[in-house]
Amino acid sequence: MTPSSLRAERETEVWAAVAMVNDPELDEAVTEMGFVERIDVAEDGSVALDFRLPTYWCSPNFAFLMLDGVRNALGSLFWRPEFTITLHDHLFADEVNQGVAAGKGFAEIFEELAPGEDLEALRAKFQMKAFQKRQEAALAQMRQADWSTDAMLGLSRQELEAPPAGLETAFERYRQALRARFPDAAPGAPAFVDWEGRPVAAEAFGDYLARLRAVRINMEFNGALCRGLKQVRYHEKSADAELTLVDFLPPPEPNCGASARR
Amino acid sequence: MFKTPQGKEIFVVDGHTHFWDGSPANQKNIHGKQFIECFYAYHSNLSPKEQLWEKSKFEKYSADDLYRDLFIDGPDDVAILNSTYLNDFYKNGFNSIERNSAVTKKYPERFILNGAFDPRDGEKALEYIHYMKETYDITGVKLYTAEWNGASKGWRLNDPDAYRCFELCEKLGIKNIHVHKGPTIIPLNKDAFDVHDVDYAATDFQGLNWIVEHCGLPRLDDFCWIATQETNVYGGLAVALPFIHTRPRYFAEVIAELLFWIGPDKILFGSDYAIWTPRWLVEKFWAFQIPDDIAKERGVALTDEIKEKILGLNAARLYNINIAEKKAALAKHPIALAAE
Repeated sequence: MTPSSLRAERETEVWAAVAMVNDPELDEAVTEMGFVERIDVAEDGSVALDFRLPTYWCSPNFAFLMLDGVRNALGSLFWRPEFTITLHDHLFADEVNQGVAAGKGFAEIFEELAPGEDLEALRAKFQMKAFQKRQEAALAQMRQADWSTDAMLGLSRQELEAPPAGLETAFERYRQALRARFPDAAPGAPAFVDWEGRPVAAEAFGDYLARLRAVRINMEFNGALCRGLKQVRYHEKSADAELTLVDFLPPPEPNCGASARR
Repeated sequence: MFKTPQGKEIFVVDGHTHFWDGSPANQKNIHGKQFIECFYAYHSNLSPKEQLWEKSKFEKYSADDLYRDLFIDGPDDVAILNSTYLNDFYKNGFNSIERNSAVTKKYPERFILNGAFDPRDGEKALEYIHYMKETYDITGVKLYTAEWNGASKGWRLNDPDAYRCFELCEKLGIKNIHVHKGPTIIPLNKDAFDVHDVDYAATDFQGLNWIVEHCGLPRLDDFCWIATQETNVYGGLAVALPFIHTRPRYFAEVIAELLFWIGPDKILFGSDYAIWTPRWLVEKFWAFQIPDDIAKERGVALTDEIKEKILGLNAARLYNINIAEKKAALAKHPIALAAE
């Protein structure tokens, strides 16, 4: 293998690893959001990554969670590279970059900037919201396809593995969240349970859906703004284009992380 | 005045407008630059193409632009002009009450001038409230709980210092407290825009009206819950409404939630000028229908009668505007730019 093809291969590997990191507030991959602006793999295998958020004011908590995720992703690469992560054009860019350069962990830097905030609690809260949002997307699409309440609530985890046509993406995304939350549940257990694992009663289904919808409305607000603000900030697309969210439309074009590079 | 396609005249109170100076000459630091840039990104992102402004105009527009866009080209009858200081970012403040009052003095029938204060200033905040009442006879304020002030990156409505300010507001008849609870533009402390402090303040100050700007989005559910419990909590549509253009279904879901929870009497129109101009917003809002499936889900309807309340009647009630008298007063002064 030539050095250049090895580098290309490793670069692909890095993009794939980083693509597993989600924006916790939006439940979308940081690469899909275009937050990862550049990934360079040097000949010695070391990695340089540039990270840029939609606005200077993007919530630092979420910036930290994402950067922490990126760091873990880079730390898990099989060739154990040295790496540098640089945050650009953010309120806290200097603090974060200097802290990282000084060998501090994100939790440590974060504690200095926002004392008393609990990153883990925040992470857990947004895992719950992502779970609910994915569940809502699956249920909304099932309802559109005229599933009855009983049929939806009667679906087992096993049946979730074999989605009917049109529901593949929604089921897959929900399945991931369900597996992460309840890894040990039996295949025959109901597919649609609340965050605590309780089955949803048919007579309470309307209220339950309304609560899920509220979660999604909040997340969609952030998602639409983030995407739009980022497009406008970096002139990526027509500002007038309809903004999209991954749960509601076909998956974005492949290689979209690269499209954010310039 | 907005005239519907059927010829009906709708009285419009624009609940949320600004006359700012975000120009480089007024910027104190990088934060000031990034703040106006973020506003400009909101403008560019959610406006129809034909409504886009040049950045330099957006940074600093004239009093004539303001008047023309709201009242001549725009449908507003009355506009609430808010003050926002951001003194840590801008040399002369972003839109101070002094800057605003130069315009409101020229067109006294058209504007309601709102003040602002920062409870963290302690005694000085109380003095400032007195000053604003005496000098400008304000009846409302706009508060930014996420504003920076030295080492502090935010405050809460139920802080003891804030309560002293509200007690004074109540005493002086400054009844309408607009609170920015919206997208996290200055989100240093993550919950500086959390809406739960509204619940405490609204319970403890029943004599004040609490207008939550941007309906607490992205915490709409929290906001709705509080506004349903508290009779004196209202929702301002600024920032939510422009989605009517880019994502109409999304706007339908938001307005359906608001109608379901807080009802048609507690929702206020606001353009957030100059982020958006009121004309296209009002036209699109009047023409808007909630899609059947969403309306059915929540059992709500957005009728013409409800739209009229949201566009003006609700805010007129909060600010004691007698619409017949106001119309008569406005009729005496033809809409035109005042001579310098």
